[in-house]
Amino acid sequence: MKELLNDLDRWAAKGHRIAIARVVDTDGSGPREPGAAMAVNDEGEVAGSVSGGCVEGAVVVEALEVIETGDRRMVSFGYSDDEAFAVGLTCGGTIHLFLEPLDW
Amino acid sequence: MTERPIFTALAEAIRAEEPVALATVVEGPHAGAKLLLRPGVAGEGGTQGHDALGTLGNADLDRVVTRDALGELAAGRSGVRHYGEKGEAREEAVNVFIESFAPPPQMLIFGAVDFTGALTRVARILGYRVTVCDAREVFATKQRFPMAHDVVVSWPNTLLDAVGPSLGPRDAVCILTHDNKFDVPAVISSLATDVGYIGVMGSRKTHDNRTARLIEAGVDEAGLARLQSPIGLDIGARTPEETAVSIVAEIIALHTGRDAPQLKDGAGPIHGVRA
Repeated sequence: MKELLNDLDRWAAKGHRIAIARVVDTDGSGPREPGAAMAVNDEGEVAGSVSGGCVEGAVVVEALEVIETGDRRMVSFGYSDDEAFAVGLTCGGTIHLFLEPLDW
Repeated sequence: MTERPIFTALAEAIRAEEPVALATVVEGPHAGAKLLLRPGVAGEGGTQGHDALGTLGNADLDRVVTRDALGELAAGRSGVRHYGEKGEAREEAVNVFIESFAPPPQMLIFGAVDFTGALTRVARILGYRVTVCDAREVFATKQRFPMAHDVVVSWPNTLLDAVGPSLGPRDAVCILTHDNKFDVPAVISSLATDVGYIGVMGSRKTHDNRTARLIEAGVDEAGLARLQSPIGLDIGARTPEETAVSIVAEIIALHTGRDAPQLKDGAGPIHGVRA
């Protein structure tokens, strides 16, 4: 979260709406620990990361929906070997993210 | 930004490097509800008190999560915990993500030598708050160690008497002077703290000589066992930068309990030869 603060302040000062995704839990081998965080603004700008780059693209899509709807949600990403183009973690673990608007 | 009171308080605490825990309901009623906890305020009767902001939607749940979150924060852990709607144990109606923001761990480096600059840089990468201390004014300067948060001209025992009580299991003391005049008081004062890591630099000969001096000075078996001496993992490090990596790698291995080869357990040459 610390590495996001300057971007969050800058975005908030410009009146952007923001969603935050935080890793809350991991199963098996995960690249980042609980607490790893990523923020997305309503123009699709990104700060921080929640994995080794594997799922960030999908998180942006989810985050933009969260900004649009104001809903909060849990989203999980895991290893998928049956769909060649599925979004997943190549390390074989699963990460569970909590996404919410920055309205608190 | 009064419309975001919890985030504002969280950001303030993180920037000030003060401990803070944020509890968020991630599944269950009131998803997104938050409770921010800042310990350190003196409570009634001298107990450890805390400041709380927000609610998870139920006073009993708040009370139980407050207790758990302060415990997780003290241990520097973050994770999801499960509760009943009123904070009951062994229920899973409410899942709460407790995120700990512990202040950065501290590293005290004694001795303003060549190795100190490299260790300061590597320690900064790992997130340590670094203090360099040496009794010799000409060597202990901010110009020589620009990456250190603090450069202190002092005897090791004087500095440790002042900051020792704040040291805990996540913190480290690295004694790089390899001069008994400084090493012995630095080791003795470090052993009087709860610091998690005490590494002491020196050749095997210096180590043997220093151990004898420490025993003479009254350091017992348990005290000697707490020392990582000679400091670092046995990876054949030669340069100050390589030595710095071997030191922080030793700290990591001791935290995770992995069985990495330590110089203290070996007998061979400390420096390696390039193939």
